[in-house]
Amino acid sequence: MTRGEKKQLRSGLAFTSLWIIGLGAFTAYPVIASLYYSFCDYSILKGPVWSGVENYQQLVQDGLFWKSLRNTLFYAGLSVPLGTAVALGLAVLLNCEVRGKSAFRLLFFMPSIVPVVASAMLWLWIFNGEYGLMNGILNPLLAPFGLHGPAWLADPAWSKPALIIMSVWGTGNAMVIYLAGLQNVPAELYEAAEIDGASAWQRFIHVTLPVIAPVVAFNAIMALIGAMQLFAQAYIMSEGANGNGNASDGNPARSTLFYTIYLFTTAFQDLRMGYASAMAYVLFIITAGLTWLAARLSRGRNEDAI
Amino acid sequence: MQIAAGHLPPTFPRALHFRLSPKFPLCAALVLAALPAAAAPVHVTYWEKWNGFEQRAMQAVIDKFNASQDRIVVDYYDQTGEIDRKTLVVTAGGDPPDLAGLHEQNIATFADAEALEPLDGFIEAEGMSTAQWLDRYYPIYARICTHGGHVYAGISTPVVETLYWNRTLFREAGLDPDRPPATLAEFNEYARKLTKHDPKTGRLTQVGFLPQDPGWWPWIFCDWFGGGLYDGHDVTFATNKANVAAYAWIQQFTKDYGLDNVKLFSSEFGPWASPSAPFFTGKIAMVFQGCFYDNYISQFKPGLDYGVGPWPEAVPGMKDFAMAEADVLVIPRGARHPREAWEFIKYCNSTNPNAQTREELQGAELLDYLQVKLSPLKVWSPFFTNHNSHPHIAMFRRLASSPHAVCVPQIGIWMEYYREVVSSFDRVRLLDATPEEALGYSQQRLDASWTRYKRSLERHGQWAALGETPR
Repeated sequence: MTRGEKKQLRSGLAFTSLWIIGLGAFTAYPVIASLYYSFCDYSILKGPVWSGVENYQQLVQDGLFWKSLRNTLFYAGLSVPLGTAVALGLAVLLNCEVRGKSAFRLLFFMPSIVPVVASAMLWLWIFNGEYGLMNGILNPLLAPFGLHGPAWLADPAWSKPALIIMSVWGTGNAMVIYLAGLQNVPAELYEAAEIDGASAWQRFIHVTLPVIAPVVAFNAIMALIGAMQLFAQAYIMSEGANGNGNASDGNPARSTLFYTIYLFTTAFQDLRMGYASAMAYVLFIITAGLTWLAARLSRGRNEDAI
Repeated sequence: MQIAAGHLPPTFPRALHFRLSPKFPLCAALVLAALPAAAAPVHVTYWEKWNGFEQRAMQAVIDKFNASQDRIVVDYYDQTGEIDRKTLVVTAGGDPPDLAGLHEQNIATFADAEALEPLDGFIEAEGMSTAQWLDRYYPIYARICTHGGHVYAGISTPVVETLYWNRTLFREAGLDPDRPPATLAEFNEYARKLTKHDPKTGRLTQVGFLPQDPGWWPWIFCDWFGGGLYDGHDVTFATNKANVAAYAWIQQFTKDYGLDNVKLFSSEFGPWASPSAPFFTGKIAMVFQGCFYDNYISQFKPGLDYGVGPWPEAVPGMKDFAMAEADVLVIPRGARHPREAWEFIKYCNSTNPNAQTREELQGAELLDYLQVKLSPLKVWSPFFTNHNSHPHIAMFRRLASSPHAVCVPQIGIWMEYYREVVSSFDRVRLLDATPEEALGYSQQRLDASWTRYKRSLERHGQWAALGETPR
């Protein structure tokens, strides 16, 4: 390294030192410390005591760990494809040359910038079994069959589907990314397909989708990571609809006990920081594994398409 | 114009001349150093969960305490929401407030986590034994303040939960509004008579009682049925048959009303502290609520014709059963001014037993008078006794002193336990499981948790000192 390069390095380090210190103190250290704590009996106020793999052994035997994982995978398994389909569909529609296109784009994007708490309160009302908007629409349709809309968040069978439906509310971000992807599809491909007699649906399947496949993969992976970390909406809405004081237990009957909610209560109600750290690392491994799988599958499909 | 110090015009005031002199800082430092240490008051930081009228009441007590001496100033900081978690995190971070207003169910967990200062030493420094100190409270509140043989808290606000009923709905159902159900059998009968269905749809329009409203303390039905959650050694959620019977009773309401009916009917309920709360709208005729409920009735449903009475006898001979709760004052470990914080706890847990006027009220009685609640202490002053504006204060005093008053067990895994109770409660009332299945599942989990918890205390060298936790 020349003298000039050394000087440049020093300057670079000096300029980035604040970020490096911040990363080390507020990200790297907690990540490494929590890995150590995951092998300890640790309650935040008392010193950690090494307990080997006990926390991980307990996780395997913990019925609630599996229940929360099942709930989370159920949510992710349905909300990610649904969100992807809705966001992509909206993007395709909003990519058409219609009057007021910008206004429609703004309208569909706006929900994604509404704060989580505010939208959760709104959806609490929408899902109210008696006075809510959802049953206000469903009940007249179901009435001829002698049926009534479900109690949604107060019913263990419908609480997760309610949250999945709500997740569509925040697809604005993905929609914008899809829009950008759609605008990059070469127009001549559509023209060639049209000349070949392809219908609109065939053009979408055989032209649009293959070209924007990397964008779909990116959005799907991001949505998957977000779904695995679902917390705020479920925490607020399960408490709001079935409030049991301080329980934070995915009410009713733990039907909305998602992984991060169980992790949170374990850490901050039961003060089992070691166990919660082990849960965090297991979630990290699961999410990383699913992300790798999704990326691998999408890469394979992209290669096939090409 | 610039005027150099030392060259002031003759008309310049002499005092200002001195102030502007370059020698001033040095002189001031010398003078200050020579003076005896000024007796500046110690500021005690106090975190509390209240806002609204409860905060204003506590502020009045603080003002009176601050004015009563010149050594300590208590500063109130509103920490509405999650005060337990906030206190825990700052205590772990080594910068806790001097005082924190927690809930009684936090005491055992926080004490076992070594997050609280025991108050025993402070009490003994007052020339009292802890037994003498605790003997001043009604026994149930004395129990709330202690864990593992140590005193960890003083009471800020005591609560007693009991039966509230809608007298108008009683009349409409042909029941005597002045005679609440005296036994469990009567309670069930009243509940049935007070329940109405829409004749066309069959849907519920009014119920006598619904166990999940308000749903904050589903464990209390176990104690009411003569059961219990902890015997001093082990968790007894499913092993105590009275608990299973209580949950079977809970399930019977859903079976009688119909599951879909209950789900839809309860969807109509507004928040408990709002005009659309089911008791206020006449959808539910009987609820178990705390002595604070009268304040909310007068706020959200003024003019409601309601009655307050003891819990019906679920176990023959167990009269005046009651549930007690309390907001508590604790000193987090590592507090900067524990002695001064103790002075305020002491003040809030003492009274002027001879108070004849509002101005003479002190400490606990002043706070409880302003919050329209009862005092946790056995001795009440003449003014507090005769001028308490709570319309049913005599009833709550009777229940607080009852030997059958119960509170949450002081057990370190309470939050985990509570979640299991809530989960079993949900499963049972939603007909998802029989009481035996639901409680049995929770018992298995709690047994494992309790074993793990004791092992953790042993690892940290605490179990021997703590021993078996008294019930």
